[in-house]
Amino acid sequence: MSVQEQDTAVQPQRASLLNDPKVRGLFYQTVLVLALVWFGWTIVSNTLANLERQNIASGFGFLETTAGFGIIQALVDYSETSSYGTALLVGFFNTLLVAAIGIILATIIGFVLGVARLSNNWVISKLAYCYVELVRNVPLLLQIFFWYFAVLRAVPGKRDKWSFFDTFHLNIAGLRGPRPVFEEGAGFIGYAIILALVAIVFIARWASKRQAATGQQFPVFWTGLGLLIGLPFIAYLAAGMPVYFDYPIFVETGPMLRRGFTLGTGFNVIPEFLALTLALSLYTASFIAEIVRAGIQAVNRGQTEASHALGLRSGPTLRLVIIPQAMRVIIPPLTSQYLNLTKNSSLAVAIAFPDLVSVGGTVLNQTGQAIEIIAIWMAVYLSLSLITSAFMNWYNQRMALVER
Amino acid sequence: MTKKILPIVLGAALGVAATAANATTLEDVKAKGFIQCGVSQGLPGFSNPDAQGNWAGLDVDFCRAMAAAVFADDTMVKFTPLSAKERFTALQSGEIDVLSRNTTWTMSRDTQLGLNFAGVNYYDGQGFMVRKELGVSSALELSGASVCTNTGTTTELNVADYFRANNMPYEIVAFEKADEVVAAYDAGRCDVYTTDASGLYAQRLKLTNPGDHAVLPEIISKEPLGPVVRQGDDEWFNIAKWTLNAMINAEELGVTSANVDEMKSSDNPSVKRLLGAEGAFGEAIGVSNDWAYNIVKLVGNYGESFDANVGPETPLGIARGVNALWSDGGVLYAPPVR
Repeated sequence: MSVQEQDTAVQPQRASLLNDPKVRGLFYQTVLVLALVWFGWTIVSNTLANLERQNIASGFGFLETTAGFGIIQALVDYSETSSYGTALLVGFFNTLLVAAIGIILATIIGFVLGVARLSNNWVISKLAYCYVELVRNVPLLLQIFFWYFAVLRAVPGKRDKWSFFDTFHLNIAGLRGPRPVFEEGAGFIGYAIILALVAIVFIARWASKRQAATGQQFPVFWTGLGLLIGLPFIAYLAAGMPVYFDYPIFVETGPMLRRGFTLGTGFNVIPEFLALTLALSLYTASFIAEIVRAGIQAVNRGQTEASHALGLRSGPTLRLVIIPQAMRVIIPPLTSQYLNLTKNSSLAVAIAFPDLVSVGGTVLNQTGQAIEIIAIWMAVYLSLSLITSAFMNWYNQRMALVER
Repeated sequence: MTKKILPIVLGAALGVAATAANATTLEDVKAKGFIQCGVSQGLPGFSNPDAQGNWAGLDVDFCRAMAAAVFADDTMVKFTPLSAKERFTALQSGEIDVLSRNTTWTMSRDTQLGLNFAGVNYYDGQGFMVRKELGVSSALELSGASVCTNTGTTTELNVADYFRANNMPYEIVAFEKADEVVAAYDAGRCDVYTTDASGLYAQRLKLTNPGDHAVLPEIISKEPLGPVVRQGDDEWFNIAKWTLNAMINAEELGVTSANVDEMKSSDNPSVKRLLGAEGAFGEAIGVSNDWAYNIVKLVGNYGESFDANVGPETPLGIARGVNALWSDGGVLYAPPVR
């Protein structure tokens, strides 16, 4: 810069427009943008021309055509007469379900393991260490195969079962249990849950205000738990017990094909879902454990000592002093793990779980609309990831150190 | 640095544009020296690699026959194993030159995917396989069963239609790879395995105890299986079509790999035309005039290929049945070389 200024100062008449770094920069950037636009336009027009030439229909009109194939697990109303669009929606919700349950399980297991890894108990800490090293170093696809082909194929066949507490039954067709059936009036229970949640928020605010003012503590957790269970239960009784359970029917006599669980009775978690969710959450939990450990170790030892000096026991020290500070270190990498879990759920295609990629693949094959389906896949995963990271960024800001 | 990158980027973009204006498939194939043929991931009798990794089967023979027609050498063909789901995209994108993978000819595939079916090399129909211990003797007794099948196949749609039409509830478990379907059925995840009848016989060989399983008598669909090429390249389409026709005509005229040399000097004008001793039929489709001679000499006629791969003497033991020549009571009927 300084050299340039000197040049201009000494020989002002030679400073042509071509030598002006600003103009040159602008010129190159314009050329680059134009080249990129031209490059993108070429790809799009080339694709369209090729599709046209090969007589391949394009556009999203196929989404309204009848799908004609069955899907084993659907959270929205779906039958063979539904459209391809509905089929994709079924896949999307299945992906969401796996991701949501996976994230919750992975977080719980991960936090427990992370804390256990730092435990003073030698056995607990070494067990956690072994788990982390074993699970995070085996590829996820192999773990899915392990759960699906090794574990869930070793259980009893379709005409047999393993029962737990006489309520849950496991066999090769999945995990069966009672299905709650809601009758008229069950809505009151939902309102009661919402009411309980609102009450808990108010009580928590009031309790922290009171503690700040007077130092008196209030058992928020136990009160909250009581409200969350008690209120819906009272509503359930008041509404005349509108919920009953539909138990799976197990047939042991008659023709061979009819034996085993009758289709459509009780609640069935298919083994494909079980294997995928287990593998995803156990795998991601091992990473989360290390993130939690790093977060806790990032908090200065002096904090623990200061807390002990104030008379706080180990439990409150961890809960009130260490974890809140550790969260600042934990949340950003935790976000990445949540994103990974969501995206890894696409491995469902390997074990016949109808997630978005699996159902989309079927639709792609039946309609031949490769470009459109891949665009839908990318758009959905991109939006899911962006929404997750937006939420986690918001949470991160809330947890960030507030400087006074 | 910018100066150096820019021409590269532009060059790459131009390169993309240039390949789009492509040569014909025949020119491409001749230039690279082999035909890239899409086959299944392992279906005994149709396309299956042996212990040495050599592909064999009815579908494989078709690709070898095309190579024989184009190069006079049936080994100038490379095979790409494809799942049911991948097959059409692979052909559309030009990754393979011809798809010979027990693929059902349907109207939507023929008209909406930018593909052309070059004929039928095996007339099949969808069937069901169950364990004998279930004591089921008809597909109409399968109400409430769970069914294993492949994703992205006509099978998946047919089974949905069949159970719906007969008002039977069912549960579908659809895997991407045929091997996974077989494994799931073998492990007892499903009561029923459904695919094309020929596939059922072929896959049954892979089960732990093939004798414990029975194929039900119902055939619930028409599955004409045939080779597929891209739409918009009539020259290549003609070669594929007439390779298959040549194999069928050769059988009808009694030309086999054993007697093809003698037959070349036959007095029968139909044989002479087929083997290139009369007329210039090969040149008309862009290959040499002895194209059909090479096909029969190196690969054999349709009947020979059928007998060697799926016929009664093979482990599959499938009778000619509907796949016999029209003159023998079947439906195989090739237009004449004239």
